[in-house]
Amino acid sequence: MSTTVLDSAATTDTVSRTTRPRTASSPIPLTRLIGVELRKMFDTRSGFWLMASIVITSVLATAALIVFAPDDQLTFDNFAAAIGAPMTVILPIIGILAVTSEWSQRSGLTTFTLVPHRGKVLGAKFIAAVGVGTVAMFVALVVGTLGTLVGSAITGLDPVWNGSVDEFLSITLGSVLGMMFGFMLGVVIRNSAGAIVAYFVYTLVLPPLLGLLAMSQQWFADLQPWVDYSFAQNTLFEGGLTSEQWQQLAVSGTIWFLIPLVVGLVIVRRAEVK
Amino acid sequence: MITVSSLTKTYGGFTAVDDVSFTAQTGRVTGFLGPNGAGKSTTMRIMVGLTPASTGTALIDGRRFVDLPNPGAEVGVLLDASAQHAGRTGREILTIAQRTMGLPKARVQDMLELVSLTDEEADRRVRNYSLGMRQRLGIGTALLGDPHVLILDEPANGLDPAGIRWMRDLLRGYADRGGTVLLSSHLLHEIEVIADDLVVIGNGRIVAQGTKAELLASAGTVARASDAVALASAVERAGHAVTVHADGSIHTEATTEQVGVAALAAGLALTELRAADGAGLEEMFLELTADTQREGAAA
Repeated sequence: MSTTVLDSAATTDTVSRTTRPRTASSPIPLTRLIGVELRKMFDTRSGFWLMASIVITSVLATAALIVFAPDDQLTFDNFAAAIGAPMTVILPIIGILAVTSEWSQRSGLTTFTLVPHRGKVLGAKFIAAVGVGTVAMFVALVVGTLGTLVGSAITGLDPVWNGSVDEFLSITLGSVLGMMFGFMLGVVIRNSAGAIVAYFVYTLVLPPLLGLLAMSQQWFADLQPWVDYSFAQNTLFEGGLTSEQWQQLAVSGTIWFLIPLVVGLVIVRRAEVK
Repeated sequence: MITVSSLTKTYGGFTAVDDVSFTAQTGRVTGFLGPNGAGKSTTMRIMVGLTPASTGTALIDGRRFVDLPNPGAEVGVLLDASAQHAGRTGREILTIAQRTMGLPKARVQDMLELVSLTDEEADRRVRNYSLGMRQRLGIGTALLGDPHVLILDEPANGLDPAGIRWMRDLLRGYADRGGTVLLSSHLLHEIEVIADDLVVIGNGRIVAQGTKAELLASAGTVARASDAVALASAVERAGHAVTVHADGSIHTEATTEQVGVAALAAGLALTELRAADGAGLEEMFLELTADTQREGAAA
């Protein structure tokens, strides 16, 4: 009985809405899109577990350090390093998938029809991804702190807080820049598998090759900090950047991140969504 | 109202849509017909801004789709029911659209009921949906924002007979309440039953357009009498070309009235007299698109 009542209510509702004179619709605010994009990062099983893996790998890395590392190595910076390593892989993948799933899963057909401004959608995705990346780093901070405390409780030694706020911010920036790089690859390649492979080529294959080149060619060794973005990014994980190192980060970032991102955005705005 | 003006889309040297112009009127269902690859979907994608046009415009009530502040609340679009993230549930897909458009939460449940997806089905992931269920979900997404224009590409695909009937009634009622419906299909019977106006496209060009009545008027008349030969000669004497079918019926270009008059003059009792619209659309379609059919000269 109640179903029948509901049904007729729903139908009447639809009818009255459709016959009602059209009202001017208001534009979609960016904040709403950011909320939607955040939701889309969590609402699939794979998305959820990718997000959960931030916490899971942090805890696993901490536990592994407590179990396997010598007692005097249970210092805060070692916990930070142990947790930071998986982050440099997970965050960029989150950045990549936030973009590429619209193409690989073809949901972009609906997304870009509901919001026919691709730049705005990608902007919302970018902000949502950076937000997730930043929160992830604070999760890592909390887990690292707990790890240090638990480690000291087990070993009976005083906790070693050998990390500064500056260092944390620098590592956070490094991780978020890595995530942004993944985002850029997503925009340029627009295919999940392709972008992830490109990311691993960039982080695992390219650095040793460039390192080899720098060892054999003096001119490149001088040039490398200015043109090798991953080299410049790595300095962030060591912290205490000099003003020259910041400049190197900016220059190489422009070459490897900013310019490709702009080119990718221009292409995305014109490309066909199928 | 949808106004398409001189729309052209070329890919390198290939012209997918070639100078297409038509309007889909308010309060009417416009059927968009054409063989596979004729340019229907491309035209529809251009309308909603997913594909940039090479030249020409497509306007919704005089505005470009990209200039609509909240397009989902004005134009309901279903282009490909399978183009959804397979890992989301049906309810989640509607919820994302509802949030994007800034609609009340209750709309999601309303739509699920409207398209007859049960709660259990709504909480299933779309990868486990049949094509018919995906179509229902897609129609629900299109109707979610209570739009006054609907653009649907092959919405009847995969629906069962009851579903097709349901959708036909839904679209008919929608147009009767003042909505504009543009739907493409190659299910000619469906189009014939529901559409008020027809636009036929072949090889990217419009080959015919007009009201259904106009376009099918030339389909002629089917008549039957106990003596088919006598009936055929009677109609021929009246000056109309006649084809006698093996089943004893005749088909002629004449109107039903002309056939009736001819039969009366010859003193023949007609056992059947009707407009040949049953096969009319199919014949018209095959004839108009004969050059573009993959199967060669079908007409």
